[in-house]
This record gives sequence, C-alpha cells and structure tokens, in this order.
Amino acid sequence: MSDTDSEAEGSDPIESNDDATVANGRPEAVDADNTLVVENLRKRFGGIVAVDGASFEVERGSITGLIGPNGAGKSTTFNCITGVHRPDGGRITFDGEDITGLSPEAIVDRGLVRTFQIARELPEMTVLENMMLAPKRQLGESLWRSVMPVARRRVVEQEDELRERAWETLEFFELDHLAGEYAGSLSGGQRKLLELARALQTDPSTVLLDEPMAGVNPSLERRLLEHIHELQEDGYTFLLVEHDMDVIMNHCERVIVMHQGQVLAQGSADEIQADEQVLEAYLGGTV
Amino acid sequence: MTDRLRERADALTGRVDLDEFERWQVDLLLVFGVLLASYVLFTIFGLLLGLSFNGIVSTLRRVTYFAAVYALLTLALNLHWGYTGLFNIGVAGFMAVGVYTMAILTAPVDGSPAGFGLPLPIGIIGGMLAAALVGLVAALPALRLRADYFAIVTLGLSEIIRLSIISGTLRQFEFAGREIGTGGGSGISFTATNSIIPWLLDLPVLGALGDRLFAAAGTIGIEASVVQSGLYTFVLLLCVVALYLVLARIAYSPFGRVLKAIREDELAARSLGKRTNVAKIKVFMLGCALMGLAGILWQGGRGFVTPESFMPILTFYVFVALIIGGAGSNAGSIVGGIVFAAILWEGPPFVQRIIRLHLDVRTPPTIYDAFVALGSADPLPMIGYVEGNMEQIRFMLVGVALIVLMLWRPDGVLGHRKEIAAATDLSNRPTAATDGGGTGESNGGEIEEQDGGERDE
Repeated sequence: MSDTDSEAEGSDPIESNDDATVANGRPEAVDADNTLVVENLRKRFGGIVAVDGASFEVERGSITGLIGPNGAGKSTTFNCITGVHRPDGGRITFDGEDITGLSPEAIVDRGLVRTFQIARELPEMTVLENMMLAPKRQLGESLWRSVMPVARRRVVEQEDELRERAWETLEFFELDHLAGEYAGSLSGGQRKLLELARALQTDPSTVLLDEPMAGVNPSLERRLLEHIHELQEDGYTFLLVEHDMDVIMNHCERVIVMHQGQVLAQGSADEIQADEQVLEAYLGGTV
Repeated sequence: MTDRLRERADALTGRVDLDEFERWQVDLLLVFGVLLASYVLFTIFGLLLGLSFNGIVSTLRRVTYFAAVYALLTLALNLHWGYTGLFNIGVAGFMAVGVYTMAILTAPVDGSPAGFGLPLPIGIIGGMLAAALVGLVAALPALRLRADYFAIVTLGLSEIIRLSIISGTLRQFEFAGREIGTGGGSGISFTATNSIIPWLLDLPVLGALGDRLFAAAGTIGIEASVVQSGLYTFVLLLCVVALYLVLARIAYSPFGRVLKAIREDELAARSLGKRTNVAKIKVFMLGCALMGLAGILWQGGRGFVTPESFMPILTFYVFVALIIGGAGSNAGSIVGGIVFAAILWEGPPFVQRIIRLHLDVRTPPTIYDAFVALGSADPLPMIGYVEGNMEQIRFMLVGVALIVLMLWRPDGVLGHRKEIAAATDLSNRPTAATDGGGTGESNGGEIEEQDGGERDE
C-alpha cells in the first residue's frame, strides 16, 4: 500500500481530509467543528423550486438527521451536495473547501460519500466485486497496467490486499456469508447494508445516508444503527435522511428540519421536539 | 425430445458438472468443439459436393477465415456492449475508417487514386489510430447521451463515414502536393495485408519452414495457393488469440470492474468516485481501434476495397454473433463468431450448391405453389424454392436462430455465466483454513493479515 500512497500524493492534491483543513490555506473558510456547511442552497426543476435557500451545518463526528415532509427538498439537497445535481445557487463547503458544482467522483475523492434512497447495488456483480470496486486509487484502474505483463504483477498484489480488506468490512457488516452472491439477489435490507459497507471502502470522513432504514426489518435496523454508532466512534460523520422519528430522536445528536425547500429549524433532538413550527409543519402536533 | 436436446446443449456449453476443469479449460474445449463441429459439417458438405481433398481443405480454410474475422469483430464489440454497455451500432463505420486510412497510407504513389506508398505496418497502425481518433470524436459529445441516443449517434456516424467515402469531394483531392483520395464508389487499391505471408516466407528460418510446409502439403494434394491463404488465416487466428488474452486481462482487472459498474449503474459508480467518463472514452477508443484492425485484416486481405463492404447490416451481423455467443463473455464472443460465420453465413450457399448438384429442381414462381405441391406430398418445389431464394432464407435463418436462442438460452451460449472482474481469485478467502480450497498459501495469508491489522486502526 505504501506505493499507492506515495503515488497518490503526486497525482492527487487532496490527500486526506484532516490534513486538508490545515493545508488548505483558506483559514476563513476552515471550520473546526463543522465538516459540511451548506449556505443558501437553491435548486429548481422547471417551475418547481425544490430547494429554496437552505442553510445548515453538519458537526464533525456527529450523527445528524435531516427530516422533513415529502417534497421538502431533502433528497435534492443530498443530490446537490454530492454532485448529482448542480445547484442553481448557494455554496457547499466540505472541510473548508468549496465543493459546489463538483462532479460526484471529485466529491468522493475529498472524502464525502453517499448512499441512495433506493439501494444502487450493482446487481450483476457479486457482493465482493461490489466491495472491491469502491476503494480509491486502484492501480489496476489504469488500462495499461491491467494489460502489461510486468506492471500487472503489482495490480494483482494490490487486488489481494483489496480483497482482504473487503472481506474484513463484510465481516463487520455480517455480510461475509454472501460474498459470492450476486448483489441483485440480496434482500432489500442486505442491499442497504452492502451499500453502506461499499461506501466505507472509499475511505470517507463523512457519509450521507438517504433513508438507510427504509425497507429494513427491525433486527437489521438495529444492527445497522449499531454499525453506524461504532463507525461514529471511529471518527466518521453521518448525515442521514430518515422518516422514522424513533431513529432520528434516539440516535441523532443534531436534527435539521426542512420544509418547502428551506431549513425550518436545527438543533438537538429535544429542541426540535419542542419547536412549535416543526410540530406544526411536520410532526402533526403530537410526538 | 427437447429434454434430450437440452442435455446435449448443456454438455456442449458446460452447464454440466465440469468442476474438475478450470473455467478457461472449459472455454477452450468449447471453442475447439464448436470449430471442430463446423469442420465436420463442412467436410460433409464438401463430400456431398464431390470436392477434391484440396477443395475440402480450401473450404475449411475459408470457414476458419470468416470465423476468425467475426471473432475479432465480436470481441471488439463485446468490449463496448457486453462489458461497458456502450450500445455501439456503428461497427461498420469504424472498420471503414481503419481500412480506408490503411488503404490511403499504403496505396502506391502512382496509383489511381494515389496514396502515400508507405509500408504495411505503418498503414495498419495508422488505420487503428484513425479509427480510435474517430471513436474519440464520436465519444466526446455522445457519451453524455443515454444509451439509445448513443446508438443513434454511432449508427449515423457509420453512415456518414460510408457516404463520405463515396462522395465526389473525397474521391480524389490534393493533399501535400499529391492527388490522393478514397476512390469513391469505384474503390481503392493498396498493399494487401496478406502480402505479409510472402514477406514472412522470405525470412531465413520461416522461409525454410515454409518450403517444407509447401512441399508436405503438395505431397497430400493441397495446392500452394491454399497453403498461402491458409497461412494468412493462421495469422488471423493468432490475432484472435492475442486479442482474447488482452481482453481477458482487461476483464479480470479493476479496470474491467469499473467497466462492468458502468454497465450496471453509472451513477452508482460515479458516486463511489470512479471516473466513468475517462474509462468510457478509453474503452470506446480501444474498441474502435480493434474494429479498425479487424476491418483491415478482413477487407485488407484482397488489396482492394469499396464502400459497399461497410453497409450498416454488417454491424448487425456482428451483433448477431455476439448475441449468439453471449454478451459479456469473451470466450462466448469467439464461439458466436464461429457459429455465425460457419452456420449462418457460409452454410446456406453450400446447402444451395448441394441441392443444385443432387436434385433436379426448379424454383416455383411463388411460395404458394411450393406449399400446394408440398400439400400433395411433393417436396421438390419447396426445396427448389429454398434453393432459389437462399440469399433471403439466410436472413430468415438468422431470425430463427435468434428466436431459438431467446427461448432456449436467452443470455447466449456463454452469457449466463458471469465473469468475475478481479485480478485475483474471489471464490474463497485465502486466509480461511476451514474451507480447504487449496488456493490459500500460508505465506500469502500472513501478508494479508498484517495488512488487515494496519488498516484496523
């Protein structure tokens, strides 16, 4: 692995996120507490304004919930942050660096990775293949290295390492018994787990989860939440869109409420539960 | 009846328990099995036609030649469509770019139209580069399009290329003080690619071997011209093997994994940080260069080419071959190429000749007459009708083959079997001693465990 790291330094200016904050040279933008800062984000589709000036922060090392009624603009916000959509206005800062309008792959490079509302596993690839796709800076992703006889040796070595690493993550998520199965034959909940496991293979610092519990049975949900807490202890930051209020209120330190494309409130779970506006707009007056 | 057929097909395609064989051995057996089966078929055809031994050998040579050419094209298309999901229906156009670039580079300086008179290798490399560059030009704007629109762009481009070659403007034009051109509809003459055989036979060691080969062939009654074209066919087969090896390396690599991910779900791949556009452009250019090469080896063999050879239908033949073999499988691509070339392409004319030779049949004016006669237990008019319309029946045969395939094996002969894209064995975990898979070396296991420890942090 030492080879890859030294190479990556040469080719990729953004090495790792914790260094980037220091090395960025833009101290006014660096925010020690917040990993992700969204300011005045706007996105419209034709006549529909999906996100209308949303601003919020995600605290480093936290599990933050993003809630709101259907159509509040949560998924569009996610898509704008992760480069799937290009925002019409506003600014997204990740670890002190402006990432507004960057491509999804450039954003993943900086350590911000996401999962999708409907799991996007690669169905005709095995679970292990799915896992091995994700790691960054694979030597064998270069065409000539994959083909040329001598250069390929190092590709194979790295593949052995990646395989072992993939196995370890699969074990952590208790998916190792499915390693050889095609991802398309997994159950809905298992796909969600696989997507999270796969996302972690990219060495992110922050993970955006779009409805990770949707369609997941209670026992698997418990496991997923345990995993998220364990990962939080390892230093990961999570931002998750979720409709399950129990999950949000019991597991998120901070909650952001969106309504009609704007941020209605943000604060601790208790604060949110006591917020009159939120109760009216979303929680229907009773909790 | 169908059960027995299916069993036999399973035996052919390796669905039966062949665990004791490695997968590549099964593939090799299958490829050679299909080739051998078509040889047997055409030997029977030859005997029915009363061909001499030399004639039969020449027939088999011809079948092998087309099988190799279609295998090359199918392999290249498999890289685009089977692996990456790039729906390229402009294969004929990229072949044309390759062949015409090679033709203009190698055509004699005093020819009509004149060329640059460069040596053949420069022509071949130039042709491949030109095809790759045209691929790049097509890919840059078109890769942003969805699959079906991408297909339309490639089909349109292939027709633009063909019509440009025919056009009067490019027929002959002045370039660097020379009257070069495509020759329009009347074609262009150039250095034939099979001229490498005489060149190779002039080399010291190969020449001596060649002399022996010619002498040996002569004693068993094979003419020198058949040996000569047989050698060129052999060169094509070597190209198929080389291309297969290169493509297999791509398939079993992280690059191949990215290609598969693009085919499955491009946004998911991008959301994992994969630079899918770069990979798509690379693979599209490579595939186009290979299509150019296949075109050069095929159409370049005669030393003369016209735009007629690059009709859009050619692209669909290659697709049929790929569908037969199974998209996504390189070994399947070769099998598909052989089956298409032998049974669907070369087979029907032989059947026609056999009918003509053995049966005194007249082609009835309409198929209705043939059916009426068939109703009164006289099959001859029907046979006559088939004989007289073999060109059209050939297309029906392609359709029937596709329908049978759809019912029987919707993924093609080898497409049901998904290749695992990794440069290492993913079937079991080498550190796990419990399985006893045999692949786990204690040495490799230790290294991996160390790595795992470092990463745990």
